[in-house]
Amino acid sequence: MQYLVSVIDDKSNPGSTDRRPAISAFNERLIAEGYWVFAGGLADTDTATVIDNRGEQAVFTDGPFVESKEYLAGIWVWEAPDLDVALKLAAEASKVCDRKIEVRPFL
Amino acid sequence: MSDVEEAITRAHRGEWARVVAALTRRFGDLDIAEEAAAEAFAIAVERWPADGVPPNPGAWLTTTANRKAIDRIRRESKRDAKHREAQMSYDDPPEPVGAIDDDRLRLIFTCCHPALAMEARVALTLRMVGGLTVPEIARAFLVQGTTMERRITRAKAKIKAARIPYRMPSVGDLPARVSGVLAVLFLVFNEGYLASGPGTDPVRHDLTTEAIRLTRLIRALLPQDGEVAGLLALMLLIEARRPARVSAGGELVPLAEQDRGAWDAELIAEGHRLVRERLAAAAAGVAPGRYQILAAINAVHTSARDIRDTDWSQVLALYDQLVRLDPSPIIALNRAIAVAELDGPEVALAIVDRLAETLAGYHAYHATRADLLRRLGRSQQSRAAYDRAIELAGNTGETAYLTRRRDQLQ
Repeated sequence: MQYLVSVIDDKSNPGSTDRRPAISAFNERLIAEGYWVFAGGLADTDTATVIDNRGEQAVFTDGPFVESKEYLAGIWVWEAPDLDVALKLAAEASKVCDRKIEVRPFL
Repeated sequence: MSDVEEAITRAHRGEWARVVAALTRRFGDLDIAEEAAAEAFAIAVERWPADGVPPNPGAWLTTTANRKAIDRIRRESKRDAKHREAQMSYDDPPEPVGAIDDDRLRLIFTCCHPALAMEARVALTLRMVGGLTVPEIARAFLVQGTTMERRITRAKAKIKAARIPYRMPSVGDLPARVSGVLAVLFLVFNEGYLASGPGTDPVRHDLTTEAIRLTRLIRALLPQDGEVAGLLALMLLIEARRPARVSAGGELVPLAEQDRGAWDAELIAEGHRLVRERLAAAAAGVAPGRYQILAAINAVHTSARDIRDTDWSQVLALYDQLVRLDPSPIIALNRAIAVAELDGPEVALAIVDRLAETLAGYHAYHATRADLLRRLGRSQQSRAAYDRAIELAGNTGETAYLTRRRDQLQ
């Protein structure tokens, strides 16, 4: 079972910026224990571009599709046998990243 | 009720959770288990009056439900071969059977999973473990049947899609998970005990009874857990006072004015036995949790012949112990009531007034203040506090009582 694990940051109350070494160590453990599928941090939401090509021609819009105080700062994809395992890892991830974490199953 | 009807009711009470739990284990799907169990009971209602009650009703129901579940899976697998594959891959190999490995416990832990919203846990537990129908649960919580149906459907869908596991929590997680289950059961009990909403009975017996029944089940499955024993004792000692708690006119009767002869002696004896069991454990060095302490407080009250006979210093000592465990303002408020009996209403009022900020929206805060102010002869302030309490109280019996007390003020 695969889970999308989103790291949520808050513009008005951002998490600390010194988490990189701890996250690297956590990633190594995820790989060693067989949970790691993919991981990546994301650039600022200001750098996003939204494309809508449902009409006559593609329309490009600068910025994220939704402006909000809370935003997606990075993601993981984990392979875990069930939600309890994913939630346990997510609890650790939240400490490691100093940010909120959302766990959502893939279909 | 005829013998057969009685047998069906008994089987429903005793076997529903077992049937749903066994089928969930076998088919890895709550939906299939629930539907098949409901079908099996419907068939029993149809057949047993004519064919007679089978010698082992539980086995008959499980077999019948199993057959119905397989029928459904066959039907669906014709439509969707992949679906069937998904059902089967979820089927864990059998694990060793012991008291703690009961399928019903797995079912309870799944229904009370912390990833589900509290109201979903309550609804799912009453449906899957308690066997209440969706309309019954909807009525109990004063929501539309369709709303309750959606709530349960959504919870089942999440369990399946997010793969909330059907198994015992690990030893390390067990205390936290058990406490989550007890919170669900206590919420059901309290909703029955202090029913909210205009036009509802002050006490909804069906919910308190169901909460006690389910807590008894957990007690049978986890006999070593002190907090399970504590919660059961607490519920029994509160339930025992039910016959004296509401007057003929539908008004709530406070502890001090209750006819103690009307209390249920059998429930009190059972509650006291459990409290004694936990006191022995505490004496042996096992620190009691909050339900055990609350049960002990209720044991002190139910041991007194009348309100003057109450051992208030014992009550206060227990509240002091509880405050160390749970420094919530509501506990502090209840502690102040014991302080009033020992040190007088003035000392208690000073404690209560310090809680103003956090409890300003809580009816019991204003009701307690109103009573203390009344005892101090400060009628005008007391009246204002009663007014606020009446405004905030959701329980019809409580509103009636508070109104009478207010109108008695000079």
